[in-house]
Amino acid sequence: MAEKLRVNPTRMELKRLKERLKMASRGHKLLKDKSDEMIRRFVGYAKEDKRLREEVEGDLAAALTKFLLAKSISDEATIQEAVAMPGTQVSLNLDTQNVMAVQVPKITIEESDSTEKYPYSFTSVTAELDSSIATISELLVKLVELAQIEKTCNMLAIEIEKNRRRVNALEYVMIPQTEEAIGDITMKLDEAERSNTVRLMKVKTIIQK
Amino acid sequence: MHSGKIAVIGDKDLILAFKAIGMDVFSADTEAEAEKLVKKLAKDYAIIFITEDLAEKIDQLLTKYKTKAYPAIIPIPSSNGTTGYGMKGIKNDVEKAIGTDILFNKED
Repeated sequence: MAEKLRVNPTRMELKRLKERLKMASRGHKLLKDKSDEMIRRFVGYAKEDKRLREEVEGDLAAALTKFLLAKSISDEATIQEAVAMPGTQVSLNLDTQNVMAVQVPKITIEESDSTEKYPYSFTSVTAELDSSIATISELLVKLVELAQIEKTCNMLAIEIEKNRRRVNALEYVMIPQTEEAIGDITMKLDEAERSNTVRLMKVKTIIQK
Repeated sequence: MHSGKIAVIGDKDLILAFKAIGMDVFSADTEAEAEKLVKKLAKDYAIIFITEDLAEKIDQLLTKYKTKAYPAIIPIPSSNGTTGYGMKGIKNDVEKAIGTDILFNKED
C-alpha cells in the first residue's frame, strides 16, 4: 500500500485536496484515453512495419546475393572502380510529423535530377551487376519508408510505456493517497465538531445550574 | 542539423552495393569501429542503415538514439542473410507497448 499522505486536518487543506483529487481523476481519464488511442495507432504502424521489414529483408537479401555473384565474376578492382563514383546522390526531405504528441520523422526522397542510374560504362562490367544495382535502387524507396515507420514504432512504443507509468502512478498511488487523506481530514473535522458540540452542551448545563 | 543523407555501415562486400546508388558508406568490422562510426554519423545523417550483426553487438548504444526523431538507425540484413535481429526489434516494441506480443505469436 502506498505511503500515507501527511496533511494538516484543516478545512483549507481539505478543500485543496478535493481539488487535487478532481484534477487527478480527470488527468487519469485523459491519459487513459490517450493510451488507448496510442496503442490503436501503434498496432497499425507495427503491422505495417512488420510487413515492410519482411519485404525488404527478402528483397535485399536477393539483391545482395546477386551483387556478390556479380562481384565474383568480375575482378575486385573493376567493381571498385565501377561504383567508386556514384552518378546519383540520394537526398532526403526531412520533416517531423505529430502522432499523438510524439514528434516522429517524416522522410521523403527528393527526386534527383540525375538520370544516370549506372555510374559506370557498360563495357567493363557484367549484366549481373546492372541488375543487382537496379534492384537495390528500387529498394531504396522501401528502405526509406521502412526507416520512417520503424522509427515511428520505436518512438510510439517508448511513449506508450511512459504514458502507462503515468496512468498507473495516478491510478494506484496518487488517487488512493488523496482519497485516504480526504477521509482522514473529514473524520478529524467531524470529531472536532462533535467534541465542540459536547463541550457547548456541558457549558450550557453548567450555566443553567 | 541533420542533412538529408543516408549512411550505411557494414562489411566491405555489402557497402559497395549501396555506394552505387548514392548512399554514403562506411565499413566497419569490429564492435568498437561500429560504435565509433555510429556516434560520429548520428550527428549529421538522418538515416543510418547498419547490418544486423553489427547492430546486435552495439545494441546498448542504439537504444540511446531511439527517443529522438533523427537519426533513424535501422538494422538491415547483411549479405549472409538475416539474423532475425530486425524482427526482434519490432517484437520488442510491440511487447513494450502492449505488454504482450500480438503480432508474432501465431508463428511460435
